[in-house]
Amino acid sequence: MTSLSPVAASSNKRLFVILAAVVIAWLAAYNIVQPLADWLSYSALGLARDSHLGESVAFFLYDVPKILLLLSGMVFAISIVRTFFSPERTRALLGGKREGVGNVFAALLGIVTPFCSCSAVPLFIGFVESGIPLGVTFSFLIAAPTINEVAVILLFGLFGWKVAGLYIASGLTVAIVAGFIIGRLKMERHVEDFVWKIHRKGDVTEEKLTWADRVERAWGSVKEIVGKVWLYVVIGIAVGAGIHGYVPEDALASILGRQAWWSVPAAVLIGIPLYSNAAGIVPIVGTLIEKGASVGTALAFMMSVIGLSLPEAVILKRVLKMPLLVTFFAVIAAAIILTGYLFNWVL
Amino acid sequence: MLTIKVLGSGCANCKKLEAVTRQVVSEMGVEAEVVKVTEYPDIMAYNIMSTPGLVINEKVVSSGRIPSAAEITTFVTNALETA
Repeated sequence: MTSLSPVAASSNKRLFVILAAVVIAWLAAYNIVQPLADWLSYSALGLARDSHLGESVAFFLYDVPKILLLLSGMVFAISIVRTFFSPERTRALLGGKREGVGNVFAALLGIVTPFCSCSAVPLFIGFVESGIPLGVTFSFLIAAPTINEVAVILLFGLFGWKVAGLYIASGLTVAIVAGFIIGRLKMERHVEDFVWKIHRKGDVTEEKLTWADRVERAWGSVKEIVGKVWLYVVIGIAVGAGIHGYVPEDALASILGRQAWWSVPAAVLIGIPLYSNAAGIVPIVGTLIEKGASVGTALAFMMSVIGLSLPEAVILKRVLKMPLLVTFFAVIAAAIILTGYLFNWVL
Repeated sequence: MLTIKVLGSGCANCKKLEAVTRQVVSEMGVEAEVVKVTEYPDIMAYNIMSTPGLVINEKVVSSGRIPSAAEITTFVTNALETA
């Protein structure tokens, strides 16, 4: 970006003006959601302010537009950041890092590097074959899908930055610890043999992106992600709103509270087969916390739903032999359970 | 005659890229063969880190995303000029 031609500079200026206008419109919309939802439920629909139905409807009418606005805005911002972190650049940053430091770096880069589970295998091969240690590679492969932007944005929007921050912290902990343990187990021979035999045809030259490219790509991912998850979000919030209005506080404390020691492993086990509804599960899980489920148990459940998925196992089976695949899942599950206990104990 | 390869193990995005590419090629009326590469050893030979990838005459032109029809048209035009 050092030598901008006058033409590019002026088109950049126009781009930033448009972006600024969009940001202002977004902020205005975000701030009228609450009064609008109250007005709709209590004046237009005439529901009583402290009735179960009134509370549920107001909660729903407030949360749906708020969350969809947040999702669009933040996915856009995150996608812009991600255009600066291609997988190739991440690989270069991780090269030469030792275990330990490497695991921490890999988990952090897992948050910002664009990732789709269908690319898990090329990423895995690209990392391992360029000499990045197996455990460091796994730290990345655990963090990238688990600390997923939709989950974090939803947690932030529905329950505030503390819960979102805790989720990121626990995802990082699991990724670093599990990756480190897998690295120590020295399981390189359980990687499929073809992975070590791939011959590359020279290096990929990195693309030069202009700001217009970045904005266009970010807008593309907003359309893709919001288009894919909005229905789950609406359904999830509807169920959450129902629980919010009708289920009494602390109703779940005895089953999902911190006294019930078995609730953490049970939550993780139940979470493994659940996969595709990550977007819908956040509002429900969060509402469970409100009603007395302990935070550690709820976060463990979420991580298990999002981070431990059977479809991903099927994809990784192409490059991992059975013992390593099973170890991979077992170590993550154990790390999630420990993190769940840790948060139940600390908070 | 161009050889265009779509790299990807068969996920939804790879199929979409293949469809867009075929459409562009037929609209441009270019003589080109569109091939799908689905085996990982073959995909990884192109040194890409995310799928789907698009390769024209053995040169990687994009990876990890679905370029727009307009972009693919540019890729094809460029390839025709250098061929």
